[in-house]
Amino acid sequence: MTFTDSLRSTITALRDRYPQPRSAVIPALWAVQEEEGFISAERFADIAELLSITPSEVESVATFYSMFALKPRGKHFLLVCTNVSCALRGSDDIVERLETRIGPSGSTSADGSVTWERTIECLGACGYGPAMQLDHHFVENLTPDKVVDLLEHTENYLPGKGSAHHGKPGAHEAHEHHSEPTSEHEESDSKKSRRRSSKR
Amino acid sequence: MAEHRLLTAHVGEEGLDTLTGYERTGGYQALRKTLGMTPEAIIEEVKASGLRGRGGAAFPTGTKWSFLPKDVYPRYLCCNADESEPGCFKDRYLIDKNPHQLIEGLLIAAFALQVHHAFIYIRGEYHDQRLTLERCVEEARAKGYVGKKIMGKDFDCEIIVHGGAGAYICGEETALLSSLEGYRGQPRLKPPFPAIKGLYGQPTVVNNVETLSTLPHIMERGGAWYKTIGCESSAGTRLFCCSGHINRPGVYEMAMGTTIRELLEEECQGMLEGSDLKAFQPGGGSMQVLLPEHLDLPLDFDAVAKAGSSLGAGAMVFMDQTTCMVNVSMRLVDFYHHESCGKCVPCREGTYFESKLMHRLEAGDATLEELSTLEDICDNMNGKCFCPLGDTATWFVMSAYKAFREEFRSHCGAAACPVRHPVVMV
Repeated sequence: MTFTDSLRSTITALRDRYPQPRSAVIPALWAVQEEEGFISAERFADIAELLSITPSEVESVATFYSMFALKPRGKHFLLVCTNVSCALRGSDDIVERLETRIGPSGSTSADGSVTWERTIECLGACGYGPAMQLDHHFVENLTPDKVVDLLEHTENYLPGKGSAHHGKPGAHEAHEHHSEPTSEHEESDSKKSRRRSSKR
Repeated sequence: MAEHRLLTAHVGEEGLDTLTGYERTGGYQALRKTLGMTPEAIIEEVKASGLRGRGGAAFPTGTKWSFLPKDVYPRYLCCNADESEPGCFKDRYLIDKNPHQLIEGLLIAAFALQVHHAFIYIRGEYHDQRLTLERCVEEARAKGYVGKKIMGKDFDCEIIVHGGAGAYICGEETALLSSLEGYRGQPRLKPPFPAIKGLYGQPTVVNNVETLSTLPHIMERGGAWYKTIGCESSAGTRLFCCSGHINRPGVYEMAMGTTIRELLEEECQGMLEGSDLKAFQPGGGSMQVLLPEHLDLPLDFDAVAKAGSSLGAGAMVFMDQTTCMVNVSMRLVDFYHHESCGKCVPCREGTYFESKLMHRLEAGDATLEELSTLEDICDNMNGKCFCPLGDTATWFVMSAYKAFREEFRSHCGAAACPVRHPVVMV
């Protein structure tokens, strides 16, 4: 099955923004992933045709960048940072809890609601770690308990759901710069997990 | 000297992330003023300010601009918002808090360089920040600040916000340009530098988010005024991203020349209770480790370079006595291994072997002889890779090995990490 009309017109509009059409490869791949959840091999050819390049050129780009999903994922996607700053604040405990609840990095939960991955690429939330992204939105100052809550009430952590949990723009207080734990419960929890895991 | 707020002066004010809110703080007045000047005069003003690039290389901005060949058009301008340096989150902060300041700075640079197509290349992970910038560009367009005849003057400029998709290497300027052209994000041979042959083979300037966000302030109050802030070799203020075992992690804007100790003790409110500073990184994951004895160094590009490290992209990661330097090195080496673009052999293969060896060391499986192998691998990478990614993949681990040699040696054949599980002699 080829492109939907709306995807075709979205990608055509993206293409026309650039001095050279090929520049729209990454935006086009994003458009497909947003619409269809992942990028199938068939779409390489569809995008290639619109941008006047070959399917293999589209594929070479799709496989280079780590954020493109080339196979289906669960309904939500969690990306957990394990670089130094998050590790200093306990990201190993977050990883361990997700491994226990869902399975190794890359697993999808049994009900298909969540796929999770650990990443060594720093997400840019170093002052608010441990941190993850839930469907591209930051969720910060994680604790193992908060992760369990997130798995059980995922919608609450998405922007626009009236929750103070996610790291939407402006979530960090103006003068304080750093974000505060959101409840007394989390306060004690976050103090506990300030140290990285002592396990080896 | 405490915080010196220039780029962050209005952070916290209602609606600062909207055009109306930004204009209430005097926003876009600098652009209006700049559009009445000649491009040459603007470049001179930026040169006089002493502004050095805030992306990590600290190259003088005005000088970079003056490398563009005369009379070759079209020219392009790219804002590098591919912030991915481990420990660094200031560009995200500037975009979240004051996005129009960046757009005003971008337009000032575009006019100075006579560019009609400006791009903001933002990392894929900053999805919400990309949407913020796209909204702001549309707000500015509706006001006549983007598009044709900007502010009624004879100047046209389009801004395209372009999201990446997860590749640290795209922060390297030529890899960024390859990516923006629709190729894999691999670096290109220099020379020719982007100023001569950049995007689509045309003269191109690539500037960091913080560099561009500084321009409205320089143009508003003058280069000479800006030069009075900071210290001789490093003018102005800089945003420092502080993280690790500290009481108040966050982004702090400091006058250059303030000491690192003041940043740690005043702004970050010191180390966590029970934590003593063991080591810190002054410039993000790429930079060499420094020790408590270096805390009195000034936040000055040259002074930190003289101490054997670099302020890099402005990330300060503070680590306490419980931090295992082998573990930190392993994570950073893993990072470079994951992010190596695969173009050149020393980096592609070197980071692979480096990572394998660090995992063996961390697990206690490595022998003392393998520590010489580690040195050998790093020696074969540093200065021998196609771009700085491969070089910097060796800097932290080698500096940590030098400063904490016993810690590395004690991991060899150890049953458990000797830092986290010290052996008590009875």
